[in-house]
Amino acid sequence: MSKSTRQAFGEALAELGKKHSQIVVLDADLSKSTKSDIFAKKFPDRFFEMGIAEANMIGTAAGLSFTGKIPFLCSFGCFLTGRYDTIRLSVAYSQANVRMVGTHAGVGIGDDGYSQMGLEDLTLMRALPNLGVFQPMDATETGLLLEYLVQEWKGPAYLRLTRQNLPDLYPRSTPFRPTRLLQIRPPGTSETQVICIATGASVSEAVQASGILEENGISMEVWNAHCLKPFDESTLLQIAQSSSLLVTVEDHSVIGGLGSCVADALVKQSQHPPLLKLGIQDQFGESGDAQELYDKFGISAQAIAAQIKMTLNRNLKR
Amino acid sequence: MQTESLNRIASELRTWIIEMLAQAKSGHPGGSLSAIDLLTVLFFKEMKGLDPSHPFQERDHFILSKGHAAPALYSVLAKKGFIPYEELKTLRQIGSRLQGHPDRVRLPIVEASTGSLGQGLSVAQGMALGLKMDKKSSRVYCLLGDGEIQEGQIWEAAMSAPQFKLSNLCVILDSNDAQIDGRVSEVMPIEPIIDKWKAFGWNTFEINGHDIHQITQTFEEARRLETHPSQKPVFILARTVKGKGVSFMENQIGWHGVAPNTEQARKAIEEIKNSQNRGHDV
Repeated sequence: MSKSTRQAFGEALAELGKKHSQIVVLDADLSKSTKSDIFAKKFPDRFFEMGIAEANMIGTAAGLSFTGKIPFLCSFGCFLTGRYDTIRLSVAYSQANVRMVGTHAGVGIGDDGYSQMGLEDLTLMRALPNLGVFQPMDATETGLLLEYLVQEWKGPAYLRLTRQNLPDLYPRSTPFRPTRLLQIRPPGTSETQVICIATGASVSEAVQASGILEENGISMEVWNAHCLKPFDESTLLQIAQSSSLLVTVEDHSVIGGLGSCVADALVKQSQHPPLLKLGIQDQFGESGDAQELYDKFGISAQAIAAQIKMTLNRNLKR
Repeated sequence: MQTESLNRIASELRTWIIEMLAQAKSGHPGGSLSAIDLLTVLFFKEMKGLDPSHPFQERDHFILSKGHAAPALYSVLAKKGFIPYEELKTLRQIGSRLQGHPDRVRLPIVEASTGSLGQGLSVAQGMALGLKMDKKSSRVYCLLGDGEIQEGQIWEAAMSAPQFKLSNLCVILDSNDAQIDGRVSEVMPIEPIIDKWKAFGWNTFEINGHDIHQITQTFEEARRLETHPSQKPVFILARTVKGKGVSFMENQIGWHGVAPNTEQARKAIEEIKNSQNRGHDV
């Protein structure tokens, strides 16, 4: 079964709303797209339609949190970070217990083009102290993450979700370990060992890429990062030792996203494997079919595999 | 509390504001002095449930959206007993709870972190909304600057508060007609202010922001309106004088963000005290 993480979010939020009466939800005229409309239909008194006015939505959510509510504010990721100053002061600096939900992550949204794509949201959110930054890889993990964000997380958080459907990847009966890296595909038997850390929609592409690489005698282990802040550096540094190449994949700018999380951690060690950062390489997105865009921007399974092969070849020649 | 006593408090707080700024050697006297009469009436007459021994009990709330008037807020909080008078001397110093602009994390009695203009009203609206959902009787007050309402976010909130029928929300505009680059009316005109807020669906009042009696009466009227079936939020346009109470600062744009030196502070305090002793409104 495949489902978008926004859809999984909308369903899980409406479910959590039953048990947690302090949850309130705000949207800025995109509730049908962010899927907050599922909650709105169930709990109309706890849903606030703010109109096309995101800054006011963000500030209002902060105020609601100061009266003991747990506000979820929803829009496209890029429209939220567009109101960065309000996030910075009214939410982050104020340590407001607000959950910001940014959907339409990455070039994976396809046709609508760059203006609707969240491509710098992780970078901007990560830059704010005390702000948790999360991105699930599939529907199951979205539900688990949401429960964690309602029941355990304190303070502001950002949740990044996809428009497009994603295949189920979360391993059955695996306990959820919040903020920790999770192994999705174990290492193979080949001599060349690559370790790939991916996040969000890129996890399934990375898993497929590892299948392609295996046929070429390259073994690639895949890990999922559902939390970019606080980033699980200890697990990363443990697993990084054993690899000849470390790869990060994200449908997001490589400046400040997952690739930067990993790089920041790696350089703390005097010796570490080389790092290949795949993602949007300091470019704007554009309109097109999502699959074609993934190929063009180098984050489809085939493109990931090809770039890894190329990098390994180059490294061997040195 | 009677008008006369409120006037006395406001005068005393003016001297505290001058002392704080002179000590800190930086800060914003103009907009602090223009707002202090409004804050005095709010904290010493209008707002309910303010009790330093139970600071977080159910009570009315205040958000200083024009965060640069922090010295005015700190002075009323000290006079009310929420922070020690001695602490005022730490304004803007490293490690102090009294940041240059209000910080609700370091100083939790301050209800919103502000200082980037245009944001406080949305936060106030969120609080009013949450309190209304929980059927609390608490009211929320929010003080804006007139230059501040050039910010677009203000108008987003101006649009939404009436939509949510937030009659427990009262906005006060400290209209001193001065901002850093000049007269508000020249930098970017905002008039007709009352027409605009009325058109957005607010109950509006226009008052003299230094007339303690009129301020008191207007707040009382705004509170009465809370139960009116129209459930409109209230907007009070308070005409004020930047630097009010210190002759050499009054209406001087240069005193927006410059602290007085020791000699200027001494003169200013002497003037405020003399004026109070003569029984003049300052």
